[in-house]
Amino acid sequence: MFAASLETASEPRKLRRVAIDPVTRVEGHGKVTILLDEANKVHQVRLHIVEVRGFEKFIEGRPYWEVPVSVQRLCGICPVSHHLAAAKAMDQIAGYDLLTPTAEKLRRLMHYGQMVQSHAVHFYHLASPDLLLGFDSEPTRRNIVGVLEDFPQIATEGVLVRRFGQEVIRATAGKRVHGTGAVPGGMNKALSRDDREMLRADVDQVIDWTVGAIRMVERLHETKPAFYNHFGEVAGNMLGLVNASGAADYYNGTLRARDAAGTIIFDRVKDASYRDVLEEEVKSWSYMKFPHIKAIGSEEGWYRVGPLARIQVCDLLTSERAEAERQRLLAVGGGKPLHGTLFYHWARLVELLHAAELIRNLLDDPTICATDLMADKGERRFHAVGVIEAPRGTLFHEYKVGEDDLVTYCNLIVSTTNNNQAMNEAIRKVAVQYLDGHEITEPLLNHIEVAIRAYDPCLSCATHALGLMPLQVELVDADGIVLSDVRRGMDGGVSCSVPG
Amino acid sequence: MSIRNSFTIDGERVDFEPGQSILQAALAAGVFIPHLCFHPEFSAHGSCKLCTVVVNGRNGSACTIAAMPGQEVRSDTPELNQRRRMLLQMLFVEGNHFCPGCEKSGNCKLQAMAYELEMFNDHFQHFFPDRGPVDASHPEVMLDRNRCIQCELCVRASRDIDGKEVFSLAGRGPASHLVVNAASGLLGDTPFAATDKAAEVCPVGAIMVKRVGFTAPIGRRKYDGASIRDQIEHPAPAQEG
Ligand code: SF4
Ligand code: FES
Repeated sequence: MFAASLETASEPRKLRRVAIDPVTRVEGHGKVTILLDEANKVHQVRLHIVEVRGFEKFIEGRPYWEVPVSVQRLCGICPVSHHLAAAKAMDQIAGYDLLTPTAEKLRRLMHYGQMVQSHAVHFYHLASPDLLLGFDSEPTRRNIVGVLEDFPQIATEGVLVRRFGQEVIRATAGKRVHGTGAVPGGMNKALSRDDREMLRADVDQVIDWTVGAIRMVERLHETKPAFYNHFGEVAGNMLGLVNASGAADYYNGTLRARDAAGTIIFDRVKDASYRDVLEEEVKSWSYMKFPHIKAIGSEEGWYRVGPLARIQVCDLLTSERAEAERQRLLAVGGGKPLHGTLFYHWARLVELLHAAELIRNLLDDPTICATDLMADKGERRFHAVGVIEAPRGTLFHEYKVGEDDLVTYCNLIVSTTNNNQAMNEAIRKVAVQYLDGHEITEPLLNHIEVAIRAYDPCLSCATHALGLMPLQVELVDADGIVLSDVRRGMDGGVSCSVPG
Repeated sequence: MSIRNSFTIDGERVDFEPGQSILQAALAAGVFIPHLCFHPEFSAHGSCKLCTVVVNGRNGSACTIAAMPGQEVRSDTPELNQRRRMLLQMLFVEGNHFCPGCEKSGNCKLQAMAYELEMFNDHFQHFFPDRGPVDASHPEVMLDRNRCIQCELCVRASRDIDGKEVFSLAGRGPASHLVVNAASGLLGDTPFAATDKAAEVCPVGAIMVKRVGFTAPIGRRKYDGASIRDQIEHPAPAQEG
């Protein structure tokens, strides 16, 4: 694969360095460096993300029942995913094998609420400015405010869809952020009838709006199919959880991986055995580890997780309209798996629809307000793994807990880490497609960011989405002298300075 | 009612029994004065200073000053509440009090007092104290010293009610910390039991019965429904004779 060769340039000292730091609409820990020669030919492209591994140390030494709540501090964007992955592990630690039917339903409800909330933030707030206004539109307007002006209906729906997701979380976890809901062995709270009625009254509208958003993405695709199909397109393996009948399962299930052609690499791997099939590699240039499929090895064994992987790893989605939409999307590939980076957006909306339909089905379940919340306790365990499909992809939590109830070991592989290599491959492809041989401009650099944002790296910061974070691009020669310095300020204005 | 056995708080008349402190009399009369280290079942400690009031023009701890006839007490004033907020802020930064991840959240007196006094930020820099790892050696109760506010309620409860003297404060100034009465220094090696009074008095999340965690949902924790002001703990009625 030619893109892989761009991981490390053969003679980096002779090249000019472009750094995109930080990546906008991704919280300030993402940085891209590009090495170019005199003719602007691209020799090396790397995405560096500073992953906060210190968090695992923070968990060690704490009592196990605290972890599902305290681990939510890891991530302000999808805290519920961490809450539930940790709760799944701590169920086993505390000695609970099976939850009561109601407790599992409520956890799923909470989880699907998070899926709706997170996917809505990503699509409407972070991605729609690029998609609707154009990758090379005026940067000062390329944000949700610009969308609000030009596409007020879409922007308003986005706000309401997101709020619906938040309300599902509140109804099950007690609060919209940093709730408690799941406890080892079950749930601490039943769904109230009032909340059920309130959510049921809104869910059909959310479903309809989501279908509308899918149609819009479909129409965009029709305008430039070649562009959308091949932007940042890199063939790769795919990983996700499926249930016993092969349907996608976001809360439970076993691990399945397919290769780039769609052939199954492994299937029915219990989440607790993830280390049998996956391993993590450290690279000297990145703080973040590179997980890959063990049997294939670190070079070719990287995989994608998240919406685009999930909808293709599974055999079907269990909800009707979402499965129909999945089929429409897959039809674009004409029977071959889709690997274009921008398909993430379309797939994400299909998942948003699926999550909303699952929420509706749960709300229609006559026993959803039942109060059998805690299971019967069995034998206490000392080691457990909890895996869940977080909005951005597979999320692994592994713990060891001592006799005294304190955590002695913690390993987390978050979705963004799983996608580390995939994102690197995508931006290398984009660099080759759009930057190679060109004078570097802000719109061209935004193409790189568009590819990263499609994966929705977990550092995405919804609260910063309104303003552009400063972007700095430095061209540095082999002696480290700054040749030119292009800056995009907080106001979106671009200034350029060339030291004399 | 004789004039002799009454005083005023912020202009409001409060009757008292001889021997009561200003705080005891106020609480018995339903007048709230913020406090943390006071507990109706134990002798006063006078350490947190949250109950500071102005008595006849002079500052003092309402929990340790005896109620006297004709005292003029000021308590609910902007100046005193500002000082109380600052005391709370200092307590918050001196220990590890990160409410979103703490199982005591919603049942914690420190947190409830911070809400009551409208403390909106920590203001000071965090100390991030390291008073040692969580002591989970006891099968039923754990001790997280980094959350201790050194009110000595557990010390008093263990000594005066449980008759065990399990806890004590050691060290001075910023280095002072809670110790337990065992050569190993471990709670599991003391005669402490989960049913002891000392296991339930901790106002914060320092002494916690194990495996309770977050079983009380948000909305049904002690201070979710009503503020600490509206949940005054009254002293046991005075014994006759
Ligand atoms: S452990 Fe709790 S009760 Fe004991 S001194 Fe510390 S804060 Fe007070
Ligand atoms: S309650 Fe009076 S000093 Fe603490």
